[in-house]
Amino acid sequence: MSEDSVTIEVNGTPMQARKGQMLIEVTDANDIYVPRFCYHKKLTVAANCRMCLVEVEKAPKPLPACATPVADGMKVFTRSQLALDAQKSVMEFLLINHPLDCPICDQGGECELQDLAMGYGRDVSRYSEGKRVVKDKNIGPLVQTEMTRCIHCTRCVRFGDEIAGLRELGATGRGEHMEIGTYVEKTMTSELSGNVIDICPVGALTNKPFRYSARTWEMVQRPTIAPHDSVGSNMDLHVKGHTVKRVVPAENEAVNEVWLADRDRYSCEGLQSPDRLQAPMIKQHGEWHEVDWEVALEQVHDRLQAVIDRDGADELAGLAAPWATLEELYLFQKWLRGLGSANIDHRLRQHDFRDDDVAPAFPWLGESLVDLEHVDAALLVGAYPRKEQPLINHRLRKAALGGAAIMAVNPAAYAQNFEFAETCVVAPSQMAQTLAAVAAALVEQGAVAGDALRGLINNVSVDDQHRRLAEALRRADNATVLLGVQAQAHPEFATLRALAGEIATLTGARLGYLGESANSSGAWLAGVLPQRGPLMGTTPGPGLDARAMFEQPRRAYCLFNLEPERDCWNGREVIRALTQADCVVAFSAYDSASLREYADVILPLALYAETAGSYVNVEGRLQSFNGAVAPPGQARPGWKILRVLGNRFDLADFDYDSAEQVRAELADAITSLRPGNHHWQLPGSLPQAAAGSLERVTRMPTNSLDPLVRHAPALQQTVDVADGHAHMHPDTAARLGLAAGAHVRLQNDGGSVELPLALDDSLAPGCVLIHATHPDAIELGGWFGNLEAGGR
Amino acid sequence: MFANVHRIGKSLLLLELLKGLRLTGRNLFKRKVTVQYPEEKTPQSPRFRGLHALRRYPNGEERCIACKLCEAVCPAVAITIESEQRDDGTRRTTQYDIDLTKCIFCGFCEESCPVDSIVETRIYEYHGEERGDLLMTKERLLKIGDLAEPQIAADRAADAAYR
Repeated sequence: MSEDSVTIEVNGTPMQARKGQMLIEVTDANDIYVPRFCYHKKLTVAANCRMCLVEVEKAPKPLPACATPVADGMKVFTRSQLALDAQKSVMEFLLINHPLDCPICDQGGECELQDLAMGYGRDVSRYSEGKRVVKDKNIGPLVQTEMTRCIHCTRCVRFGDEIAGLRELGATGRGEHMEIGTYVEKTMTSELSGNVIDICPVGALTNKPFRYSARTWEMVQRPTIAPHDSVGSNMDLHVKGHTVKRVVPAENEAVNEVWLADRDRYSCEGLQSPDRLQAPMIKQHGEWHEVDWEVALEQVHDRLQAVIDRDGADELAGLAAPWATLEELYLFQKWLRGLGSANIDHRLRQHDFRDDDVAPAFPWLGESLVDLEHVDAALLVGAYPRKEQPLINHRLRKAALGGAAIMAVNPAAYAQNFEFAETCVVAPSQMAQTLAAVAAALVEQGAVAGDALRGLINNVSVDDQHRRLAEALRRADNATVLLGVQAQAHPEFATLRALAGEIATLTGARLGYLGESANSSGAWLAGVLPQRGPLMGTTPGPGLDARAMFEQPRRAYCLFNLEPERDCWNGREVIRALTQADCVVAFSAYDSASLREYADVILPLALYAETAGSYVNVEGRLQSFNGAVAPPGQARPGWKILRVLGNRFDLADFDYDSAEQVRAELADAITSLRPGNHHWQLPGSLPQAAAGSLERVTRMPTNSLDPLVRHAPALQQTVDVADGHAHMHPDTAARLGLAAGAHVRLQNDGGSVELPLALDDSLAPGCVLIHATHPDAIELGGWFGNLEAGGR
Repeated sequence: MFANVHRIGKSLLLLELLKGLRLTGRNLFKRKVTVQYPEEKTPQSPRFRGLHALRRYPNGEERCIACKLCEAVCPAVAITIESEQRDDGTRRTTQYDIDLTKCIFCGFCEESCPVDSIVETRIYEYHGEERGDLLMTKERLLKIGDLAEPQIAADRAADAAYR
């Protein structure tokens, strides 16, 4: 028996416990159930519900198990008469003010209070006085309140403090007048707000879009993987009939613990969007016709074959979304490569492909998600994990609360939910300079740099902030440098990658990437790349990447599960290229006016809950799932469509019967593959900023990430959507002579748009932030670059 | 030999027939229990479990709150309910079907209802001529409730002491 271990006796059974552990943790670990409301294993102990009272020998009164530390030789009785009487009395008090509205309460059937009232309550209430009634609060489009049901366990308040990092909910008043709310009526803005639904033990906080649409016992629970950010959260779909009614997190300590980001929770609404495509369609003489699959696939074959025969396979290009499943992506590239084309890519939002040849096998985190909790220092480059990968941010936040220095080099001082040690707010064109300055500061502090790096940084001006940043990274035993979504979309990504890599090398830190989408890593492994086949296999001759295939327009395009004008780096150029093409085959789940404009054949696609598949998350974890509901109408899973297309073009090895068979060709290699991220190519010189009046910054708002989220109505009512405003620092606006509320005309060599001005003092001066995916901004083209501004 | 004479004698005297006629004759003069349906009808208990109905409150608002307890308890899986949040924020059904061809008239639905909405009335004289005639929809159930409400309310009142 080690020193910090004690022996206690629970209900006569001796048990080992760690010193300082709470009683309830020991009983939970030994499968002895003690009733509780306020205790939650991921939150601090509040001990305010008193439901977990147990008898402890020699203690005069029953003690709360959640707040009683174990002591050697302690004798505990959880089911003694004293404990049961205490629990029963507490239950009676809790029920005094709780309304008897279980029949209309969405929590009914999965309610902790309901369950415990059955186990510990009296049959009939002795209370005949008036019950308290609390006015409901409107806290936004995602969480429904019914505050009369609240039992003041304060789990939601503690969740806000400790997990979400935003004190959005609080308790006002005392005793009977205590109310949980936002004090001043406001919307919850946390990207994790949906979790208060799961932790609320009663029906006070429930799922708003789901409200009243089904009862818990009617639904079947099916496990799946979150289809949005690169964390790959485990979750369960609750299915009634053929509809996914709601999504709840599934516990996986190594991935999402017990939490789930709002985007993953509420995007299931998009599955039932009225815009879902129901049948294959072909365009003939400018008219759209719904046809059956046989005709549609025949058309795809004939039209693509015509292009290939006339212009060669090199005139064919394919773009697949990084949120497609591994199986779909693999078959997509196999099909296109079978047709003879190497113009395949999934990096919709990358612009700089210079160092493709030296890129790692797949860009990944460089460590496990759990490792992130234990870093001493982290440098985020062009990353906003709080909104982009909320659960990665949660790990970083834990590290920061434990004393780690989290630092960032970003084009804006984004609103964070924890204290950053340093934030360099620089215009995108200065990001490379800033990283070079950090590298220079490291060299100043004694790090030994190679010749190439020294040549690059010798003329860089270093200030104190760079030195502090360098110092923190250098001193940390366990540090990481993470390249975020904005860095990957940066026009100088290769330079940023190289400098970040050099900084990591100089400080002994790990270099990692924060992938944007569910399968950002998987797409690399599936070989949806112009320069590489599946699992790093080589292919004859590199093809055109996601940028080049539109800059050098092709005659035919195949688009897989994306809305290219919104999802690609340069929507304007994409539209131009697609419009001039002879044949555009779109595999799409959603109908849209612009799709009908440029596409020639539309094949309706099943989405994540409707198909079997896998995602590879940012740490290289392969997670598979099965379909839970049937796709709408004639829509079919992507792997099936591609399999039949492969047969139709008489390609070899396309006789798959199941998604598992497709997966089997990759799965073994993926689970064992953990390559280093240390691959980059130092450029000869640092990029120089071109003169211009404004620099464009683009960020992908959380709830605009992909077509599925964009079709989820509740998420579209949140603040995290593309707003079509031109965000500027007040000083920048003042310099341009613009006042708040004005419209600003922005133009570059390709187009011009007029957007309403929004002032935002977190932005770097001289920059204008325009959210990606907003239709009004497509005319401006690329995500970064210079703009000219004129007022109106 | 003797047995044969006895048997022949018995059948010649029609003893078996007379024995049977004695029973007939006895019942011929007894008080009759046969009810001359449809002119006559048997008495019903207030707990009679006949055709279902959905009730309303006196102000005309439907009682059903779509808690789906009846659907859950129904042993014959005869009830189908879909619910939504109505514009005024209350929980209501959009669909409430009872398949009478499945229903076994056990009365569990009535017993489980927290708002006395689904009830079984005293109506038992109904039939269906076409497929679907015995699939009771929300509209039809409410209509029955509206027509039979005085009787339904009286029956609930009569039984109130035992519920």
